[in-house]
Amino acid sequence: MGVFETLSFFVPELLLAVGAMALLIAGVYMGERSARPIALASAALLLAACVIVLLTPVGGGQTLFAGAFRIDAFSSFAKAIVFAAAAVAILMSDRYLAGEQLGRFEYPVLIVLAAFGMGLMVSATDLIALYMAVETQSLALYILAAFNRDSRRSTEAGLKYFVLGALSSGLLLYGASLIYGFAGSTRFDEIARVAAMGGDNLGLAVGLVFLIAGLAFKVSAAPFHMWTPDVYEGAPTPVTAFFAAAPKFAAMALFARAMSAPFLELIDDWRPIIAIIAVASMAVGAFSAIVQTNIKRLMAYSSIGHMGYALIGLAAGTAEGVSSVLIYMAIYVVMTVGTFACILMMRRRGGMTEAIADLSGLSQTNAPFALILTVLLFSLAGVPPLAGFFGKWFVFFAAVNADLVWLAAIGAVMSVISAYYYLRVVWIMWFDEPAPAFERESGPVLGAASSISALLMFPGLVVFIGALVAAAEKAAASLF
Amino acid sequence: MTLEPLVVFLPLFGAILAMPLGRAAGPKAAEIASTVLVGLAAVYAWVLFFDVALGEPNPRTIRLATWFSSGDFQADWALRLDTLSAVMLVVVNSVSFLVHWYSMGYMKEYGETPRFFAYLSLFTFAMLTLVTADNFMQLFFGWEGVGLASYLLIGFWFKKKSANDAAIKAFVVNRVGDFGFALGILGVYYVFGSVEFDTVFSVIAADGVAIPYGMDTGAPVRELTVSFLGHDWHALTVIGVLLFIGAMGKSAQLLLHTWLPDAMEGPTPVSALIHAATMVTAGVFLVCRCSAIYENAPDAAALVTIVGALTAFFAASVGLLQDDIKKVVAYSTCSQLGYMFFAAGAGAYGAAMFHLFTHAFFKALLFLGSGAVIIAMHHEQDIKKMGGVKDLLPFTHILMLIGTISITGLGIPGLYLFGAPFGTAGFVSKDVILESAFAAGETGRAFAGAAFTLGLMAAVMTAFYSWRLIFLTFWGRSRAPEHVRKHPHHVPDSMMIPLVPLAVGALVAGMAFYGHFVDPAKSEKFWNGAFYSAEAHAPADDEAHAGESHAPADVHAAPAESHDGDAGAHHEESHHHVPGWVLWAPFLAMLAGALPAAFHYLRGDPLRPGLLRPGGLVHDFLKNKWYFDEIYDFLLVRPALAIGRFLWKEGDGRTIDGVGPDGLAATVAAGARRIVRMQTGYMYHYAFVMLVGIALFVTYVLLRLAGGGQ
Repeated sequence: MGVFETLSFFVPELLLAVGAMALLIAGVYMGERSARPIALASAALLLAACVIVLLTPVGGGQTLFAGAFRIDAFSSFAKAIVFAAAAVAILMSDRYLAGEQLGRFEYPVLIVLAAFGMGLMVSATDLIALYMAVETQSLALYILAAFNRDSRRSTEAGLKYFVLGALSSGLLLYGASLIYGFAGSTRFDEIARVAAMGGDNLGLAVGLVFLIAGLAFKVSAAPFHMWTPDVYEGAPTPVTAFFAAAPKFAAMALFARAMSAPFLELIDDWRPIIAIIAVASMAVGAFSAIVQTNIKRLMAYSSIGHMGYALIGLAAGTAEGVSSVLIYMAIYVVMTVGTFACILMMRRRGGMTEAIADLSGLSQTNAPFALILTVLLFSLAGVPPLAGFFGKWFVFFAAVNADLVWLAAIGAVMSVISAYYYLRVVWIMWFDEPAPAFERESGPVLGAASSISALLMFPGLVVFIGALVAAAEKAAASLF
Repeated sequence: MTLEPLVVFLPLFGAILAMPLGRAAGPKAAEIASTVLVGLAAVYAWVLFFDVALGEPNPRTIRLATWFSSGDFQADWALRLDTLSAVMLVVVNSVSFLVHWYSMGYMKEYGETPRFFAYLSLFTFAMLTLVTADNFMQLFFGWEGVGLASYLLIGFWFKKKSANDAAIKAFVVNRVGDFGFALGILGVYYVFGSVEFDTVFSVIAADGVAIPYGMDTGAPVRELTVSFLGHDWHALTVIGVLLFIGAMGKSAQLLLHTWLPDAMEGPTPVSALIHAATMVTAGVFLVCRCSAIYENAPDAAALVTIVGALTAFFAASVGLLQDDIKKVVAYSTCSQLGYMFFAAGAGAYGAAMFHLFTHAFFKALLFLGSGAVIIAMHHEQDIKKMGGVKDLLPFTHILMLIGTISITGLGIPGLYLFGAPFGTAGFVSKDVILESAFAAGETGRAFAGAAFTLGLMAAVMTAFYSWRLIFLTFWGRSRAPEHVRKHPHHVPDSMMIPLVPLAVGALVAGMAFYGHFVDPAKSEKFWNGAFYSAEAHAPADDEAHAGESHAPADVHAAPAESHDGDAGAHHEESHHHVPGWVLWAPFLAMLAGALPAAFHYLRGDPLRPGLLRPGGLVHDFLKNKWYFDEIYDFLLVRPALAIGRFLWKEGDGRTIDGVGPDGLAATVAAGARRIVRMQTGYMYHYAFVMLVGIALFVTYVLLRLAGGGQ
């Protein structure tokens, strides 16, 4: 394959990388006034990348850069969602940043750079490419977490994230080196060939454990989740909104590819570990969220729990399982974005509020808002017929078909327990004495994002579920 | 487009409209609208009655929609219009219309009339779907619908505890019956593979081979046995008994009768419509509708006969000592229903329906008249505190007298005018029942003779308590407090006018319809095969399987030939074969009851102790209604409460809640606190947790591979 042909499959990433640098230079020249135009340009850039991804035919898949990356249906599916979620995150930040005097042009550019890293993550098929992509993404995220650098909480969040992230990178890198040592190659297909030969795979398996630990940190799965609540709470809310959506999807996609492509032969080694991580994550998510009073912290535990459910699908180790992970994560991204749009609308005169108690009696002060948030919370809890229910249904079904009935059963029990804290918020909104009303004016983006995502939960998904399942199945099939 | 569905759906429209209309245009509009709609339905019911039954017979079934279609199970929404349902349509719609009308006056001072009228119309609709059903499922729908309406109306004054208790009692006791009924329907489906009346009855008529569900082989249905509770039983008998248990509940027959007197807690118009004229007769209707089953299940028919006869006797005896004017009439209803049942059990279905028809007139009249008395007496219901009411309510007095001579059976035995016996409606129909029972007893039908005897004794008591009611309430000196005597409540005209048609019916309905319902010359054409008749089906029987099964069919046909199907056959026979004293016996029984009543209550202090002194054994026995409520309380209610309390406190509270929800919640909360406590905020803790996690995973892999490798 010639250079230009190779690069032709790489247009979205090139666009993002070059665009980010151009915007950076433009921002420097334009100064402080540039925050808003550059944010819009960045969002446009991401949406353009998303459209290009969707329009580029990938056929049976293209291997690029001597096996470092692979463009296939799987990567396209993941990239489309990641880029779109990143674009929405930029648009949703606008009001907040302006209100908190954080409107700086670096912010959207950092998100673009992170998205560039995620684009690489979901298509990486080589351990070095994988590491490089993860770090590209992570460095941007560390800065974003500490973006409100005058705030103690924000800087603390950024620092914690960075140090623990470095630790996890170390673990991941150590695992990669072990795998290279025992497989003799960093390329996934070569590793798969070695793993298939059988024999003593102890070194490979230990390396795999470290790799899993590093990836589990990225998706904030227990017991590598500890950073999540602190970072979610400390980081500026739009950053949290971004963290909860796009990077989670990208990391989970990378996780799925890393488990499926090179290590499918070692499934007996990694399946119990993934299953334990899934159970632990669901338990942490379900139990810890119950006693939370801060909505962002609640969402942190909620996302830990959701990663647990998604990992159930991964533990199945089948194409059906991977497709259920993709379906689950796609639904998760939509409802998380919607919920954070609602959280960003919790603004009173004098600033943002984050306490769950501030939602008291919302149904009386702002019924549409309460209704939208209720739909989203019900969906997060997995109440039929909302989309969140279907996500869980596909994941559990995949697990049952892979003879992991016990795992699906635990998942069902955990989802019942976790329903408690979602419903508690709903209860507070509908039945408690009203707290002072939020400011009505929150801009078109947040209103649109929250209501569109609520409508997608119901009845939108009922309409689109067929298309989503078909796309996810096609994407999953390209890994097997 | 046919108009027939209107006869059923007009009351439904009334039920749906009443509440919104009441809110939008005031209660009066709701009352008038629902009354007019039911009135239209009543007119149309009479039109259909003439069309279907009185002229050239014109039975038909109109299918409206499919309700269930599941595998080979099929049930439709339909209107089965034959003579039987036409009679019921007329009774239900007419009485319902008059009661609607009457309620406009009666309910005025109570308020909430839109709700009341909505319930009344809903009841009417449910009752109509019941009687026009062409399959057991729709019948069951109507059956439960009237039960619901009855519950709502008994508890209409839901702020009154006694009303709520009575409503719940009615509902629960009916549940016992409905359980039997539901099992009966399941049995029908199990045996016949269908719940359609036409299918089921034609299979029985032809004695066709029925293959029970899931069985490989079947047998001719009249000999078919099914295994139930570990025994082989005659299938039709099992079905008949189970269906009759449902009928016992709805029609307040002995053992399941306890709810009916308590149901008098509801407003009086409700008592007249639901608990006298229509709903409680649904059981009689059911037995008559299923005549094909009972005629081929002699044991079930015998059960119907004896239960009916015992109820007639029991309820009449309890009625002797009741002081609440409505309870007297309620026990009277219970007793009269017993008459209908033993007539049906004795195979005289025409007579049973005839009494159902006439009873609707005089019993509704008695109830509504009592309602007028209660209103006038400032809501006093104790007849011992009345007396002399005839001066206050002369017109009501006349109406009540008409009702009383009708129920007690005043007439001239042996005198026939225009081919019908001369007498009040109750006289004609009760005589027919007693004569049919006697004749059936002569031919060896089980318990029919006993039923005749018990029925006669009940007639004595009926006359006694009915006249006692009149004498204590209307005659003699007033025992009411001063202010009541001086200022009785005004009884509006709208409560009087509806009683007139009922009074006319109570007088002449017997003579007018004798010919069609029971006269042998005309009744066959009138009923037109609505009841099973062995003769009519005999040829089909022969075709179905000549030879081997003929003998048993003959056995069953023997009693049936003379009596069953149309009671006219009976009556004809009774004229020719029953001794003269049987014709006179009911009349003499009436005198035997009425004269002592007059003797006791018209002379001296009417409240003086009579034959049954208070404190005596018999007095207490009757006063306490044979101790049924006490026995049930001891045997069922208290153990059930004790078990319930045990399961609630120990089982649910301590065990299930303790281990389940509460325990789980406690565990969850504790777990949540523990996990959150790990969230210290210190980075080295977080890093430590990560490293512990990875160490555990690596250990696991090492152990696994080391173990597997060697």
